[in-house]
Amino acid sequence: MSAVLAARANRAHAGSARGALRIDNAVKRYAARDGAVLAVDHCSLDIAAGEICMVVGPSGCGKTTLLNAIAGFHSLDGGTIHLDGELLCGPTRPLADPNSDRVVVFQNGALFPWKTVLDNVIFGPVMQGKLRRRDAIEKARHRLDEAGLGGTEGAFPGELSSGVRRRVEIVRALMNDPSVLLLDEPYRALDSLTKSVMHEALLEIYYKNKVTIFFITHDLEEAIFLGHRVVVMTTRPCKLKKILEVDIPHPRNYAVLTSPRFRALMEEALEAVQAEARKAFDAGEREGA
Amino acid sequence: MPSVAGEVGLRKRGPGYRAIGVPGRAGLLAYRARRWLRSPRPYLMLVGFVLTLGLWYLLVEVLKAPRFKDLPGLTVVIREWLSPQPTFGISLYSAEYHQHILLSLQRVGTSFVLSTVIGVPLGLALGSSQRIKEFVFPVFELFRPIPSLAWIPLSIVLFASGEASIVFLTCIAPFFAATLNTMLGVQSIDISYFRAAACLGANRWQTFRHVTVPGAMPFIFTGLEISMGLCWFSLVAGEMLSGNYGLGYLIIYSFMNISYPNIVIGMLTLGFVGYTTSALVRMIGRFLMRWRSRELALAS
Repeated sequence: MSAVLAARANRAHAGSARGALRIDNAVKRYAARDGAVLAVDHCSLDIAAGEICMVVGPSGCGKTTLLNAIAGFHSLDGGTIHLDGELLCGPTRPLADPNSDRVVVFQNGALFPWKTVLDNVIFGPVMQGKLRRRDAIEKARHRLDEAGLGGTEGAFPGELSSGVRRRVEIVRALMNDPSVLLLDEPYRALDSLTKSVMHEALLEIYYKNKVTIFFITHDLEEAIFLGHRVVVMTTRPCKLKKILEVDIPHPRNYAVLTSPRFRALMEEALEAVQAEARKAFDAGEREGA
Repeated sequence: MPSVAGEVGLRKRGPGYRAIGVPGRAGLLAYRARRWLRSPRPYLMLVGFVLTLGLWYLLVEVLKAPRFKDLPGLTVVIREWLSPQPTFGISLYSAEYHQHILLSLQRVGTSFVLSTVIGVPLGLALGSSQRIKEFVFPVFELFRPIPSLAWIPLSIVLFASGEASIVFLTCIAPFFAATLNTMLGVQSIDISYFRAAACLGANRWQTFRHVTVPGAMPFIFTGLEISMGLCWFSLVAGEMLSGNYGLGYLIIYSFMNISYPNIVIGMLTLGFVGYTTSALVRMIGRFLMRWRSRELALAS
């Protein structure tokens, strides 16, 4: 029990004034051949400001649907989402407005390939007229340097490795000083060595800019290493199955991977996820038959 | 944290960094030329030309094969083409020849610009707005299969001057190619880019300007290359019907005047000029899409 309390304290200390996300009874249905399919089933989740919340669940369980609802790409069929007490979407307004206080980093990456790194990074503030181009460039250079990406400004995304592209994309998102960063399996396509570099890089960026992070992943090690909490989702329809408090204090580095506590958490998470993965697999088998 | 330099292979050069293996423009060009010369491609190309011309020479002038003996032979055409005093009045030195080329070029230029200026924006609109597509596209698809030749009678009725009707005929096919490819280009853009622009705070116009247009660019230029070819294609049809100058006119006029070598001169000139204009469009496309050629060069 004390471990849970410690984790709570840890999360509270993540300390950020904005970015508290509250999801209440979110429901989403999709039209399908045999009637409506329930994708998200009365999902409720409270995410503290500045928390790293990792969401794990079988493929196609509706995690991305939830993320898209927060971002404003998909509407909800029921329930509400609040950001810092303000209604993003609910019965009166099913579709949230996409806005730069909730920036998404996409599964396959969405840096504009026709713009240089610098033009990509300054895109948000310049489009919104928040900064003049010159000031935006100065801020971008500073942020890129800070993230260890100095020197890539003039390159086109196609010239960079996928790991570097992801980091640039995160910098592009953070240029808007968002309250929430929404990451949809951003490291899915990376090899595990690059991934480990990316994790430490993400944490380093996070320690400098305390934003709320809503991070979807399949990778349990990634989830436990990065998150304050790991939320395990059930297979379709998406419901909360288990919330794991990761009571390993931040700042973390890769040494924690071998710690007994990490192993224990890993075991606990595996058990929950394994059952769901099995169910999802069986359901897939039935559909295939 | 390891520096990026180690990770992606960046090397310090001058004030900034540059990815290794990403040479500058001139370097890239020289590298490509060297690789091309070392590959079998230029030599195979040469063999192809020699075989074609040799077959022509053999059939017409050496073997004098039946049905071929009345065709203008290779040596006759070349002699005529290079002669300062051509027997049939058309050679590299005659002002009339230049006049034909210039007028055809002018017509193709006008038609290409017109069809691009109308077709590309229309394609962008069709690709971006479902509503516009719903009421324009069915009409568009109904008119698309009608060949430009079928438009000849109406174009004569419609336009008082022969010049205008030629340009109109030349516009039709490239217009459809430009529009359709542009529309497909917009539809090919990954939805993530639009979503990214939305959550970075871009409004509709900014999204159009910074995502739709550059995202469709590769398809647009494929379309324009095709439409340049189609311009020449339809131009000749138009010129064979009216006008006093132009390469199409030269070909049909030489046929009626039994100046056969000029037919072949006209045809080969069409080939050269058509190829050059298409190459020009391709070059402009490459220049505007450097992000892409760099990417492709690295991938290969």
